[in-house]
Amino acid sequence: MEFLGIEIPLYSWSTVIGSAISGVFLGAIYALVALGLTLIYGVLHIINFAHGSLLMLAMYAVFFLWHLFGIDPYLAMLIVVPGGFLFGYGLQRSVIGKASHGRDEIVLLVTLGVAIVIENAALFLFTANERSVQVPYDLDGIDLGVTFVVWPEIAALAGSLLITLALWSFMTRTDTGKAIRAVAKERQGARLVGINVEHIFAVSFGIGTACVAAAASLLAPTYAVNPQFGYLFVLIAFTIVVLGGMGSFVGALVGGFIIGITEQLGRLFLGESLGLITISVIFILILLFRPTGLFGQKV
Amino acid sequence: MSDRARVIGWAILATLLLALPLYVTSGRWIDFIELTLFVAVMGQGWNILGGYGGQYSFGHALFFGTAAYLQALLQFRYGLSPWIAMWFALAGSILVASFVGYLSFRYGLRGSYFALITLAFAEAFHVLARSFISITEGGRGVQLALNQDPERAVATFQFNFADDFLKAYGFYYTMVAIMALAYAATWWMERSRFGAQLVAVRENEDAAQALGIDAFRVKMGAICLSAAIMALAGIYYVQKFLFIDPGIAYGPSKSVEALFAPIIGGLGTVLGPLVGALFIQGVGEIAKEFIGMFWQDRPGVDLILFGIVLVLVLGFLPRGLVGLIEDAWRRLVPRAGGDA
Repeated sequence: MEFLGIEIPLYSWSTVIGSAISGVFLGAIYALVALGLTLIYGVLHIINFAHGSLLMLAMYAVFFLWHLFGIDPYLAMLIVVPGGFLFGYGLQRSVIGKASHGRDEIVLLVTLGVAIVIENAALFLFTANERSVQVPYDLDGIDLGVTFVVWPEIAALAGSLLITLALWSFMTRTDTGKAIRAVAKERQGARLVGINVEHIFAVSFGIGTACVAAAASLLAPTYAVNPQFGYLFVLIAFTIVVLGGMGSFVGALVGGFIIGITEQLGRLFLGESLGLITISVIFILILLFRPTGLFGQKV
Repeated sequence: MSDRARVIGWAILATLLLALPLYVTSGRWIDFIELTLFVAVMGQGWNILGGYGGQYSFGHALFFGTAAYLQALLQFRYGLSPWIAMWFALAGSILVASFVGYLSFRYGLRGSYFALITLAFAEAFHVLARSFISITEGGRGVQLALNQDPERAVATFQFNFADDFLKAYGFYYTMVAIMALAYAATWWMERSRFGAQLVAVRENEDAAQALGIDAFRVKMGAICLSAAIMALAGIYYVQKFLFIDPGIAYGPSKSVEALFAPIIGGLGTVLGPLVGALFIQGVGEIAKEFIGMFWQDRPGVDLILFGIVLVLVLGFLPRGLVGLIEDAWRRLVPRAGGDA
């Protein structure tokens, strides 16, 4: 089959299913990145453009912990997750919150500015070279017949499910979680009942950044990092967040799987290069026809 | 400032730019000012939609890149004259703008959603330009043939082998002409009924509509004008460098470059993008020199500074550098009053 000069191959079902299954694992990785973004959106109602660059920064942290001290990337989670929380808390409290005066369209530009600073600081300090963590188990895995899955991919899938569950129970069971939901629903009302809104904003941003740090640990064994690494994920993460409904954790998880599978099938049928267009096209269609997403209630 | 003072100010600026080659002979300075004007033109393109219209686009490279690709490909594949190709490039860019604008504004995308959809469109075109190798040459990019015949310098819009004057200043004056066009258009717009409606839509779309303004039509006009100016920058880029690839055309750097200058200079002012461009190019040059003294040539320094300045301006100077200058002017000349 040929379309506009591009050869569209016909595959057997097992190849297609194999590709879809590897899409599920890829989707889990995307979902991990999108979880933090959707939390930040749900509470602060802001599009955090710095999310991708924070992921990149956390990847470098994981890399250097491994490179300098020989810390296993999964073990590094114990350091980068609290570190990510503190960094995100400080960033929202001292930079983003201060510079944006609470205006949504300004926040958008401020986070873009922060992303540019982080990305170029990484370029300046770490150069454009790719860095990757070498672990002894990165090529071992399970043969599913139609496709081969390595342990890091399985860990990422388990991690994304666990983090979704953890976030969900945190939001419903703890006082802080309830305060976050209160602020997300009714900012002024929450302030009236004595919730420190600025603190809750910063906590949400911190948790979002901690999620991205956890994602970095889970991604490190399979992905090499460079300063542009975040840009790759930022559009995908936005797509997932909008697709799943901004602020919905389950939506982010399901959206991640949908995008992962679509991307893998797109690559299979349209080729490595053109396959990536499926993400932009889904994004545009969702924005136009269902901006509330699959699981969202309101914009 | 009164209208008269403004006209005089612009006349002085125009004279300075036109006469520049008389007193600046160093090629490096000419290059610096040419590049600054290039950034100022892209900034004005973004400013029309983002500054006056309040529609923040994160994918303005879309309009730059489309014009650049058309300008390059029509010459590369069909041997069209650059002077003819540029009209197709301009039209193509406006067509893409009306397509994106129609979809976004018809479906009522505002604020962050508009920023996201423009980013997504730019990324989609990025992938298309990389993938349809038979049309666009893919990631390798399009390299135009260098014209070595001095006789045909003007016909091919390439000044590398032209006579001494054109070789040194041909592209400089091209850029000055483009800037004059872009800034005159913005000035006209600001004083026109259309400009007033656009600002009304930015301030409060619902209220503007209640007053009988067709917000959709006004925003469509703004995105097309904005794209036309970006297209001029794209056409210039291809003729100057004779090369375009998917990353330059549709990558995030041109989109970001286009929004720095107007935000730092002053959103929704005619002069803002030029002041912003001068500031960032100046600061960037100084930073590179300064860092170069301690480390070897390391990329990223200028952008770190621009990012910090962007955040600071957003936080503390909502009217940008132009606002700062106006405040200082008013303090110096108290009678200038409040119409600045």
